[in-house]
Amino acid sequence: MALRSRTPSLFRPKRPVDQGVLAEHRTLVADIDRRGVLRGAVSLGALTLLTGCDVTEEEPVQKVLRAVSSWNDGVQEALFRPGHMAPTFSPAQVVKPPRFNAHFDVEDVKPVDGASWKLELAGLIADKRPWTAPQLYALPEQEIIIRHVCVEGWDYIGQWSGPNLRGFLQRVGADLTAKYVYFHCADDYTESIDMAAALHAQTILATRYANEIIADPFGYPLRLRTSTKLGYKNAKWVKAIEVTNTFTETFWSEQGFNWFAGI
Amino acid sequence: MSAAPVKSLTRNTASKLRQLHPLPLRIMHWTNAIAIFIMIGSGWKIYDDDVIFGWLHFPDFLTIGKWAQHGLQWHFFGMWIFVLNGLAYLAYGVATGRFRRKLFPISVREILAAVGDALRFRLGHDDLTHYNAVQKILYLGVILAGIVIVISGLALWKPVQFSELAALFGSFQNIRLVHFFCMAAIVGFLLVHISLALLVPQSLVAMLTGGPVVRDDAMPGADAAADVPSTPSR
Repeated sequence: MALRSRTPSLFRPKRPVDQGVLAEHRTLVADIDRRGVLRGAVSLGALTLLTGCDVTEEEPVQKVLRAVSSWNDGVQEALFRPGHMAPTFSPAQVVKPPRFNAHFDVEDVKPVDGASWKLELAGLIADKRPWTAPQLYALPEQEIIIRHVCVEGWDYIGQWSGPNLRGFLQRVGADLTAKYVYFHCADDYTESIDMAAALHAQTILATRYANEIIADPFGYPLRLRTSTKLGYKNAKWVKAIEVTNTFTETFWSEQGFNWFAGI
Repeated sequence: MSAAPVKSLTRNTASKLRQLHPLPLRIMHWTNAIAIFIMIGSGWKIYDDDVIFGWLHFPDFLTIGKWAQHGLQWHFFGMWIFVLNGLAYLAYGVATGRFRRKLFPISVREILAAVGDALRFRLGHDDLTHYNAVQKILYLGVILAGIVIVISGLALWKPVQFSELAALFGSFQNIRLVHFFCMAAIVGFLLVHISLALLVPQSLVAMLTGGPVVRDDAMPGADAAADVPSTPSR
């Protein structure tokens, strides 16, 4: 999800427009402004001239669009089938290595030191003792070969293994009736999923990819992998798991991406 | 065939006079125009984030939304208008018999003749109350594209929850392709549709004002026979 800077253009001046001209013709502008019809026509014109790019970020427009996006969260929650499994694939179809994606380039990945790394637990969890990597590796593993679907449109088949999240949450005495599970990451990324997705049988805390310890760019030592969400919900380099009833915006939802992001 | 055949068809005995484009239809038409505009512009923005064809990248000024997330916001907002309005339109078309009157019957011979005429620029387009075979096939085609684009859109949105539906397409990228080609078909239709609406301005006026008053039950059945002579070249 590379965020590019806007293309340089002749039509996009580097310095703001000279306000002096406006000051000189203020009375004329005010006169035009009084004509409500004209004003209406101008805003309609702005819409029809395909300058949606400029309208979209306006506060009232964002309010409406984000309200619809939250409504869509509810619709997706209703569409979710807890017992329905995503299609799985054969090891021969697995893409190696997995496709890299993050909010920065692969060369900017800051590897996590597995020896000193600990998984912290927070929120509505009874046993909040942190977990080391060897402790996690000792847990029973589950393997899933599932499709990764990126919001951008690409997809690939990946083979992930690690402890099942539901089993892990039960083991540490998490409140399974809580609404959300948050993942706080070493790259200051935060993602969260609804409890129903967290308890889905194809949701795991992945430590391995194609039977090898996950490599640095893909989330070493621990990442989330769920078959029921878009790629960006699958937090990498997880350093803390929090179970909570309080909703806070996540890395991408804050920027306007849909929060539920179910597939 | 300006004088509609009065040969009464018993199918709809309550013969009624109504405008060519009744008000509900006009409302649905223009609602759909707005929805399609939003869906195409935002869809192009989403497409640009991961292009299917390396040679095809939609320029920013043709897309809706500054970044990908805004394109997605518009797309998942517009989809409600497009789908709800589309369902209302399909229900209306079937319930009032409009589809049956306007779009059927349609025969291969009729289509070939009309295409021939169209290529020689001799296709009659003056009688607003009657669709020639090319119009029928274009309208049926775009309705079909509209249905398939929604189905493929559902499969793209929910390839796991609707995995049975998604499986019909073979692979996830195939769903994208189908969704893309439906869009291309709709855009192609719009180019013809809008050009002709501008070339025959009374058709555009009719979609705003309702157009001439026609007999509700006058069109069907007799059309197939009446249609061929009405094309100037035959």
